[in-house]
Amino acid sequence: MSNNDVVLQVNDLHTYFFNRRGITKAVDGISFTLREGETLGIVGESGCGKTMTALSLLGLVPQPGARIVSGEIILDGEDLVQKSKQEMREIRGRKISMILQDPQTSLNPVFSIGNQVIEAFAINEKGNRKAMINRAVEALRNVRVAAPETRMKDYPHQMSGGMKQRVIGAISIASSPKVIIADEPTTALDVTIQLQYLRLLKEIQSETGLAIIFITHDFGIVARMCDRVAVMYAGRIVETADVRTLFNKPVHPYTQALMASVPQMDRTDRLFAIDGQPPALWDLPEGCRFAERCSHARPHCHQEYPGMFQAGDDHHASCWMLDESWSNTEQEVTA
Amino acid sequence: MNQELLRVENLKKHFPVTEGLVLQRTVGYVQAVDGISFTINNGETLGLVGESGCGKTTTSKLILRLEKPTDGNIYLEGQDIQSFRGDGLREFRTQVQAVFQDPWSSLSPRMRVKDIVSEALVVNRNVSDQERDDRVEEVLTQVGLHQGQGELYPHEFSGGQRQRVAVASALASYPKLIILDEPVSALDVSIRAQVMNLLVDLQKETGVAFLLVAHNLATVRYMAHQTAVMYLGQIVEYSPTEELYENPLHPYTKALFSAALPAHPDDQREEVVLTGEVPSPINPPSGCRFHPRCPFAMDRCAVEVPLQLDKGNGHFVSCHLYD
Repeated sequence: MSNNDVVLQVNDLHTYFFNRRGITKAVDGISFTLREGETLGIVGESGCGKTMTALSLLGLVPQPGARIVSGEIILDGEDLVQKSKQEMREIRGRKISMILQDPQTSLNPVFSIGNQVIEAFAINEKGNRKAMINRAVEALRNVRVAAPETRMKDYPHQMSGGMKQRVIGAISIASSPKVIIADEPTTALDVTIQLQYLRLLKEIQSETGLAIIFITHDFGIVARMCDRVAVMYAGRIVETADVRTLFNKPVHPYTQALMASVPQMDRTDRLFAIDGQPPALWDLPEGCRFAERCSHARPHCHQEYPGMFQAGDDHHASCWMLDESWSNTEQEVTA
Repeated sequence: MNQELLRVENLKKHFPVTEGLVLQRTVGYVQAVDGISFTINNGETLGLVGESGCGKTTTSKLILRLEKPTDGNIYLEGQDIQSFRGDGLREFRTQVQAVFQDPWSSLSPRMRVKDIVSEALVVNRNVSDQERDDRVEEVLTQVGLHQGQGELYPHEFSGGQRQRVAVASALASYPKLIILDEPVSALDVSIRAQVMNLLVDLQKETGVAFLLVAHNLATVRYMAHQTAVMYLGQIVEYSPTEELYENPLHPYTKALFSAALPAHPDDQREEVVLTGEVPSPINPPSGCRFHPRCPFAMDRCAVEVPLQLDKGNGHFVSCHLYD
């Protein structure tokens, strides 16, 4: 794939919270690229910085308290970090958009569905009301809402969770953005409804060439939906690869441990459990952030943070085990 | 060990739907649980699987005697739980305990962990301070916390540790049955494995039986000996877990299994996509409740309620396809 396909490029992004406790490094130097029509999965446990990454991309970092300290977010050749609030309002929705986790709380209960879908167009463009209504009906039809004309007059409480999440999907893609960030969009849905929704997202993606960033903690969703994956731990990306490589040959000990701890439908043997917990983001260790829980860790791991090493074609991980000196030192130890 | 501990017979719970502010009249019933039967043996786990609104939680509340059944009976070691009064009821409360989904809201923020853990013991039995402290120490060790942590408050713990506290408090009164209502779904992946391993180990050590209410099929597979699949207040399939996962019969079970996400990107499985959503339990569909969404529905499904059929190996299914 050529570089021309890249729609979003994030370079060394740092988003910190400043409070009495000191500095909480929620996002601490992450970089990735997203190509047209691609689905990138960002996987990690709660508190690893997934959601703050998403909010940084949208320019919605909680104010006051948090701020993008450094880094670049290049969307369509423009650096979003440099944009003013006003400029970001223009970009949000039109070029980059988001689907939130909980459909119960992300729609306004006192406005009809139709109003809320129309609002998504009306913010960015002017036009007559009639045309807007028709476009909203069309948008609802695109996300397979049955009988969209009558549903327009419904209020959120009259719809089921799965339907509401579709409406939110319709709002997010209303102004045909290039990139959509889906932050755990199916955790609040039942399994059979989740499958319907994931299939719908894939269909919309193949129709529109939308690039999706899928934030999740569920490897099943990654396997079902994503082309490439970035695994996050304590504010940093520890491994990136295309989805097959990651599942077949994960190299970072955290990725390996996380995968081994997921219960499978066809296995009943004892689960692998990672001992301990992730470090606090306001009190990060000097060296590798996973070293404390890692079974391979050596003294050096606790002293210096490993850079990104190449583990294969389009496969990178930040772990000292990939460094040339690793195997040599092992020999010394055994000798 | 394979003695029957709990028997549920034709259990029903209908909640009235009322209209009017002063002169309330009943306009219908939510049939949350509608005629379910199952048994749990000592030291075994029954998994109850189904989507939201299928009556899983109502079932566990009925067994905890937090709700009164509309019809049907629940027997604990042969005794009808509705018959317990006074000391008998207190004894029952120690025998059946629960661990809930969300350890952030299920532990009182104003109590020390040792008080949370010993509460069930102190309220329901006469124990000396010494006995209480010994027991607290014992269960905290059993769940992998150390004794000093009993002095702390819940906010000083992480999610996984809080769920360990919840398990310890359920365990303190030597229960025979613990109801686990989505015990790991609020936890992170790596912590989930710790808690699931802990629960399985505790069952082996203490011989406690579990009723595991969950929507994650892999969790149930890992922990349950028997599995019951619920749909709209009824059990549609009931079988030993191994048998059910290898040979699911009911179309709803099959759809549920196929909706589970793949373990690997190369896993190709046939996806049975159900159309529509779960109908309202206020006016459930006639005949088989699954028929409006069932890809194999026949004419008789809309009219005739399917009976529970014995397919051998302890495998029961309620579906006209196997008649």
